[in-house]
Amino acid sequence: MRRVALALGLFVAVAVSLGFLLLPIVALFTRQPPSELVHQLSNPVVTEALVVSVKTSAVAQALIVLLGTPTAYLIASRRFFGRSLAITLVELPLVLPPAVAGIGLLVAFGRVGVLGSTFDALGVNVAFNQAAVVLAVAFVASPLYVRQAIASFEAVDENLIAASRTLGAGPVRTFFRVVLPLCAGGLAAGGALSLARGLGEFGATIMFAGSLQGVTQTLPLAIYAQFDRNFDIAVTISALFVILTAAILLSLKVSSLWPASRQTSRSLFAHLSSS
Amino acid sequence: MLRAIAGLARPAKGRIALGDDTWFDAARRVFRQPDERSVGLVFQEYALFPHLSVRQNVAFGGGARADEYLERFHISHLADARPAVLSGGERQRVALARALARDPGVLLLDEPLSSLDAQTKALVRVELQELLRDFELPVILVTHDFDDAAALAGQVGVLIDGTLRQLATPQELVSQPADTFVAALTGANLLRGIARRETDELAAIDLQGGERIYSTDPGQGEVGVVVYPWDVTVARVRHADSALNVIAGEIRSVARVGSRVRVQIGPITAEVTAASADHLELARGGTAFASFKATGTRLVPFA
Repeated sequence: MRRVALALGLFVAVAVSLGFLLLPIVALFTRQPPSELVHQLSNPVVTEALVVSVKTSAVAQALIVLLGTPTAYLIASRRFFGRSLAITLVELPLVLPPAVAGIGLLVAFGRVGVLGSTFDALGVNVAFNQAAVVLAVAFVASPLYVRQAIASFEAVDENLIAASRTLGAGPVRTFFRVVLPLCAGGLAAGGALSLARGLGEFGATIMFAGSLQGVTQTLPLAIYAQFDRNFDIAVTISALFVILTAAILLSLKVSSLWPASRQTSRSLFAHLSSS
Repeated sequence: MLRAIAGLARPAKGRIALGDDTWFDAARRVFRQPDERSVGLVFQEYALFPHLSVRQNVAFGGGARADEYLERFHISHLADARPAVLSGGERQRVALARALARDPGVLLLDEPLSSLDAQTKALVRVELQELLRDFELPVILVTHDFDDAAALAGQVGVLIDGTLRQLATPQELVSQPADTFVAALTGANLLRGIARRETDELAAIDLQGGERIYSTDPGQGEVGVVVYPWDVTVARVRHADSALNVIAGEIRSVARVGSRVRVQIGPITAEVTAASADHLELARGGTAFASFKATGTRLVPFA
């Protein structure tokens, strides 16, 4: 009798928690008929937000990968003075409230900020335009990539790197021929996470870049802007967002199904099957 | 040590050179990067690149002759396979082919047989023996197993706690161990006693257990006595023969090692054939006599 009660209790608990997570997502799609949803996708608010989001996220992601990868490799492969500080710094944006990040970016790069006068002199305006969106997105999303990259690089068997060096490959060749292929999966996972996070960034973007339709209004900002003006459009954009994020997560799952390169160095007792 | 030679570790002092080519010199601050040294290093667990095929692994160090080496090591049929599906012996061949395909100046082998199970080990050891004969280049092999070293090497250096205890052929290490450490390594019996000169040719040693034995080696004071198990004859009754040294004792243990039997009689271990052991009815608890010649009794300084 107790076992039935326990099983029932567990079932209810699972049903409630899954339902709690599922309902808001499903509700986004059921509020309006699908035809209406598709029709609203052609609304300029939606299309312009989509363009801004895609452009800025792509550039931000490229920056994160280009600058984050060598940083992660350095942190992962060397013990240097101040290493723990570097790691903390890299992880900081993860725990920082996005609004705080936004203000931080303003006071650093804005017109009246620390670097503001320098940028002014160079004729560069960084705040309140697409460059600002890129910076805000890169700032909050980078830890997700860099952390994963560090973990991936650290997981590479040191003996493989040593083997590559003794076979005549210098540090750069070793990186591209041994380390990178072995870490590709992990790096892709980190990239997908940072991309998804960057697409969804709100607080830092609205603070640092403002919400100018067609210029700096990303999808999340558009949702907020339309919230009290045209609720249905807000719902539509939200639904679009769910599809985008689902696509990213799905591609991540698919790529992880590719044959992983297993470490073969550690085999203490290998048996002879053929001579 | 192998890592230092390959350039993967940096010693505090010393010099490493291949012929006239200096790779490391602490005094003159010379340090060549591993990729600039002409070494072929085979790691203990092989370190094959898991994301590359066998052919790609072998060709990694400069691929023109990869196929030739695949042939030579009898692994051409595995060219497109990934390391993960290979057996231990096959992996070792790939690792060797990979290291040698670069035509290195010296081949470094790190415990080449220790990640293999007992069965594979015997077979691979034979293969390795033939291989090392075929390739004419200096080879440095590191192992903790004296039998492997004896089978594969021309010269064996015994390193204990970082110091070189002896550098000689395997036969010399067995017949003239420099000290007790080397003797223990080669599988000898090691007894302890006080020696004094008995006659011009013999030294008498009073063992810790009270027995008196003789050796043709000169010795004085506290010594280690080295007797090899296969030099010890076992009998159930005391009889007269040329062997000067006889130790009577209780049979403490009887252990079969392959086709041989190791019998511990008192303080000394003898090695006899299984047939003899059965014939003599050697079993725990019985008494036996272990005899060995004074000429086969080595004295070493007791460290």
